Amino acid sequence: MQLQHYLYISIVLFSLGVFAVLTRRNAISILMGVELILNSCNLNFVAFSHFITTDITGHMVALFGIVLAAAEAAVFLSIILSIYYEFQSINPSDTDTLKG
Amino acid sequence: MNWTQALFWFFFLITIGSAICVVTVRNLVHAAFWLMITLFCVAALYVFLKADFLAATQVVVYVGGILVLVLFGVMMTSGKLDMNLKMERGQLVLGGIVSAGIFAILLLVVNQTEWKISQTPFDSGEGTTRLIGEAIMGDFLLPFEAASIILLIALIGAVLITRKEIKE
Repeated sequence: MQLQHYLYISIVLFSLGVFAVLTRRNAISILMGVELILNSCNLNFVAFSHFITTDITGHMVALFGIVLAAAEAAVFLSIILSIYYEFQSINPSDTDTLKG
Repeated sequence: MNWTQALFWFFFLITIGSAICVVTVRNLVHAAFWLMITLFCVAALYVFLKADFLAATQVVVYVGGILVLVLFGVMMTSGKLDMNLKMERGQLVLGGIVSAGIFAILLLVVNQTEWKISQTPFDSGEGTTRLIGEAIMGDFLLPFEAASIILLIALIGAVLITRKEIKE
């Protein structure tokens, strides 16, 4: 249970999140990838707070990260819904009105 | 190996395994439920880091709020579409290369950095809730107010974006 173990988990979560964002063809799956990335960042902050600075600062940053993740998820899903009303699809490749 | 360490490795493996399932499973609803397991395990890791308040917040906000939002999104957008997630092979290869590269670089960084690890890891003894409350009303008052305004903006914005146009 050293610092590195937590960083390993966070690295795995981050690269899996990037993989989901790059390969998934469904906007909700992309949102799940973004949530994985945000979770890995929060885990990093709390681990550094526990092992290096040994105070509450990292907890506060992670707390604000969770708040922003909640706001981001709400806006993301409302954008997905209006895209669905407009295009009848939530595949990001189908929203190509500006493609020319 | 004592019980704490055994539990830590248990959650270590479950976190990684369920995160892999989130990005590889073909069914969108199954992916959402694997994401729930991942979020629960991250909350358990917060407990190992002596962040009890944050672990409770993680369960309440992520599992109780964001995941329910995601499931609502799945229900409202999957009317005509099937829930199978198709992936194209070229993108799979390219995305795999990019994320494996990021993984390798970060692994190198973590292993090569000499972390200045403190001799006494953080442990507030009585829990972190009191400390977090004092920090919010002290050093972090401005970010706290900014976060409340951002939540209000997100709330109004989400309603405005999804509202159907009213024809006059």
